[in-house]
Amino acid sequence: MKRVVNLYRTSIGKKIIMAISGFVFVAFVIVHMLGNLKIFYPAHEGVYKIDVYGEFLRTVGYPVFARGQVLWIFRITLIGLALFHIWSAIVTWLMSRSARPIKYKVVEPVASTLASRTMRIGGVVIAVFIIFHMLNLTTGDIFPGGQFEHGAVHDNMLANFSVWWVTAFYVIAMLFLGLHLYHGVWSAFQTLGVSNPKYNSWRRGLAWFVAILVTAGNIAIPLAILMGKVH
Amino acid sequence: MDLKLKIWRQKGPEDKGGFVTYEVKDVHPDQSFLEMLDDLNVRLIHEGEDPIAFDHDCREGICGMCSLVLNGRPHGPWDETTTCQLHMRAYKDGDTITIEPFRAKAFPVVKDLVVDRSAMDRVLQAGGYISVATGNPQDANTIPVSKDDAERAMDASACIGCGACIASCPNASAMLFVAAKVSHLALLPQGQPERMIRVDKMVAQMDAEGFGACTNHTECEAVCPKGISIDFIAMLNREITRSKLSGVS
Ligand code: HEM
Ligand code: FES
Repeated sequence: MKRVVNLYRTSIGKKIIMAISGFVFVAFVIVHMLGNLKIFYPAHEGVYKIDVYGEFLRTVGYPVFARGQVLWIFRITLIGLALFHIWSAIVTWLMSRSARPIKYKVVEPVASTLASRTMRIGGVVIAVFIIFHMLNLTTGDIFPGGQFEHGAVHDNMLANFSVWWVTAFYVIAMLFLGLHLYHGVWSAFQTLGVSNPKYNSWRRGLAWFVAILVTAGNIAIPLAILMGKVH
Repeated sequence: MDLKLKIWRQKGPEDKGGFVTYEVKDVHPDQSFLEMLDDLNVRLIHEGEDPIAFDHDCREGICGMCSLVLNGRPHGPWDETTTCQLHMRAYKDGDTITIEPFRAKAFPVVKDLVVDRSAMDRVLQAGGYISVATGNPQDANTIPVSKDDAERAMDASACIGCGACIASCPNASAMLFVAAKVSHLALLPQGQPERMIRVDKMVAQMDAEGFGACTNHTECEAVCPKGISIDFIAMLNREITRSKLSGVS
């Protein structure tokens, strides 16, 4: 443990923590998105697949775990990792900010990308989104679409995304997430030292794939609902 | 060709500094960039003005002394070329060139375009020595080095320590420089005894000098006059992880 702390104390160690937590988030957002796509299944005998899935998330592990326990283990792990990810991002951000007190008058980016240059601001957008998202569809504390009902996932989503600005906010946040993932997935391989000139084109390819998959899948849901395509 | 130069002038470390515009006429396309500045300095001296201070030494692209950020790019527009090897045919008549010093907190301006890059020397010094047996010289080739490792070590050791990587990095991070220096010894048998301690000390010094934190923009690789690859940054990341987790420090 002391050795891990020693590693974390270096600038590189903070990046490694961001890369590992980032990969966990990548796995999470992909699974989360696949689960949400169940909204597109029509009701079967009055029951929505997404509601069944939501119930599954609360009862998974039963009877070894009580109702909701496994879900809470996942939530606490993800929130813990997010705090590490964000803390490391802030510390390294401050390091870099103070490392060039006098800016250049002319800057000509040669190799950096829009995605790499928006990691920090995009991260802030994603953090705001995560908080809003939990208050919106987990607890229902912010619910401009009407009356929130715990457990009624299908009805909640339809009501929520019929409000145009809620959908707009989700879409914008997902575009930032896509940029963050496009650079992040590639960057995390590099940070973890997974580099071999023979296979490095795979890192870019995988980053494209993850970014497009997650962005397209997640944007499809609120947009389809707003356009009245989901019943 | 005639050019307009916007050059950073700063009397000394404490001076605030600012841009001064100079018009230069009849620049020859076969002149090097530094020769063009030499001509301007000759003129300034004749006019009784203070000549523009800029760093240079070998003027053949091997010492790493020349610097300058030309229109936002360290060492100017040509790939894998130092400022001293950049020729004026890179520009055309009527161009405006903004000339700035390498900017980083760890690179304080000494005068005009000259910055103090000794932070990089201190990182190298922190790396320390390598253990070699003394006595009679060994026969050549008694220490086997695989072809692959020899090539990669050579690629890493091509770093001339100019600091363009740091100057170009949006984070002012020194990772490419440190990665090249760590990798080149880590790949060779002579570098093995101190391998773990060396990377540990060099990274600690890098952080202490006030460089920024890498976010893999890869600008460094693109502007490096010696084409050092960011594969070495991945290697540095592996080296420091192994060193810290093995508990050497
Ligand atoms: C919650 C707010 C977030 C903030 C403030 C944030 C901020 C950052 C910053 C500043 C970086 C460093 C940029 C770089 O080194 O390239 C980064 C890297 C990364 N982020 Fe995030 N991020 C957030 C959320 C997320 C989420 C939700 C995911 C995944 C779905 C994610 C995945 C990644 C990955 C994979 C990396 C690459 C790590 C590396 O460079 O080695 N981040 N993040
Ligand atoms: S002056 Fe030696 S590399 Fe340019």
